[in-house]
Amino acid sequence: MSVTVLNPGLLTTVQDMGRVGYQQFGVSVSGVMDPRAASIANILVGNEEGEAVLECTMMGPQLRFDVPNCIAITGGDLGPTLDGAPIPNYAAVSVQAGQVLRFTAPKTGCRCFIAFAGGLDIPVVMGSRSTYLKAKIGGLEGRKLQKDDVIGFRDPKTQLKNMNDRNLYPEFVPRAVYTVRVVMGPQDDAFTQKGIQTFLKETYTVTPEFDRMGCRLEGAVIEHIQSGDIISDGIAFGAIQVPSSGQPIIMLADRQTTGGYTKIANVITADFRILGQLKGGDKVRFEKVSIAHAQDALLTQRAALRLLRKSVDR
Amino acid sequence: MSDVRFLLTGDTSISVEFGNEINIEINAKIRAFNIALEQSGIPGIVETVPTYRSLMVHYDPGVILYDDLVKAMKGLLGSLDKIQIPPSSVLEVPVLYGGEAGPDLDFVAEHAGKTAEEVIKIHTSTEYLIYMLGFTPGFTYLGGMDESIATPRLKQPRVKIPAGSVGIAGSQTGVYPIDSPGGWQLIGQTPVRMYDPNRAEPILPKAGEYIKFYPITKAEFDEIAAQEAAGTYTYKRHPRGEATT
Repeated sequence: MSVTVLNPGLLTTVQDMGRVGYQQFGVSVSGVMDPRAASIANILVGNEEGEAVLECTMMGPQLRFDVPNCIAITGGDLGPTLDGAPIPNYAAVSVQAGQVLRFTAPKTGCRCFIAFAGGLDIPVVMGSRSTYLKAKIGGLEGRKLQKDDVIGFRDPKTQLKNMNDRNLYPEFVPRAVYTVRVVMGPQDDAFTQKGIQTFLKETYTVTPEFDRMGCRLEGAVIEHIQSGDIISDGIAFGAIQVPSSGQPIIMLADRQTTGGYTKIANVITADFRILGQLKGGDKVRFEKVSIAHAQDALLTQRAALRLLRKSVDR
Repeated sequence: MSDVRFLLTGDTSISVEFGNEINIEINAKIRAFNIALEQSGIPGIVETVPTYRSLMVHYDPGVILYDDLVKAMKGLLGSLDKIQIPPSSVLEVPVLYGGEAGPDLDFVAEHAGKTAEEVIKIHTSTEYLIYMLGFTPGFTYLGGMDESIATPRLKQPRVKIPAGSVGIAGSQTGVYPIDSPGGWQLIGQTPVRMYDPNRAEPILPKAGEYIKFYPITKAEFDEIAAQEAAGTYTYKRHPRGEATT
């Protein structure tokens, strides 16, 4: 009851919605880089939204199924094929024993998420199956997938009801410039008026220094009143840290729990789906919204997921 | 409490800021507020993270929206003085000082113009407040080290420092909870596992409690290490103000 890893791809890890409750002990949350895409993949195969999935980066893995199961792949389009024939993203697909899932090349975005019906047989460490690479815990021995790994299924399904309805349009659309909404704070008062204007008007470029911890951007210098250093406080997913260099860094899933740099703003949760798909060279600009706007957007997204769940599990 | 600020840290957390410096009074307020919040029964709180200056409160906007949560938390601030705060506990941490376990002890002693024994005596005579944890699982930011043994970091950081190493960097002291690179002056090592992901209590130290180091011999080190490996070691804690065991 498993898949065998024939080729691990560039960086494939087991992730769920993260290790909640341990940030006060210095433990990073980890979890998927694009929670919405992972939730949709899980809903499409009848799982709980927070079930562990495989997060694949740029070059996807090659996986041989030892038993049949149903899968769904969401997020960026990394070119999935089954025994060489293309299969759709954002759709439940039934896979036969012996078939091999491969990815040809990234077409849109950076990361995709593979959900397996019935979930993966991965031990829960501190409340989560997420791989936390730095502390070497969770997932498969706390590391990325490697050749010949065998990942068990907990409760594979050869069929799902309403198979024809288990699909939707891929959500991720490539753009010349991505607009990412932010709420200002917590240290926006550490910047000059000019610095804030620069941040909200200029376009920033994603650098190759982009991993699960953070995404370093490059562009016009964001001016501090004094310096980019603060006495350490907490860091949320999507926090936009600006050290004294004036170049922003967006903090992501494997971010440290606390840090000593000024944070000018925070990306709203509804737009994490863009962050998870950025790659080197992409252009980003930031749009300021109110906290009410941000929370409305999040609750609207959640309502859409509930609707999707109802329509496929009816 | 009019100087408390509620800072936006995205749409699912709020930083409740009590000050902008490292001091015991701010830490005590953060601890009291954390306890008050826990006792309040305000719905939708997911987790809280104490830091030097603030308590970061993560919440679920599907349960409680920003405005309502801020209002509820402001209500708590007014009655903070009435909160019963349990005494902090002191976590006792045995340390084998010097030798292979603490290769920089002699340098620290020389830098301080003291003997190694004097450094150990000073290092073990203080209860260090855990202001916060961060950086890696179980890494403590401690306050209160005697300035007379403060020592600059190594010029060339070590590539790998074994878990349990006890070090000094400037006027900070602390324990490396996992193997990691680092530039601290290593004065000893504890056989106690500050962090073990498979233990019921994965991380031993908690923000707001204190750490007290005490010296042990190589034989005691080996015995505790064996007990840790077997899962039979009993961690030593006592309420602050009572005698150590």
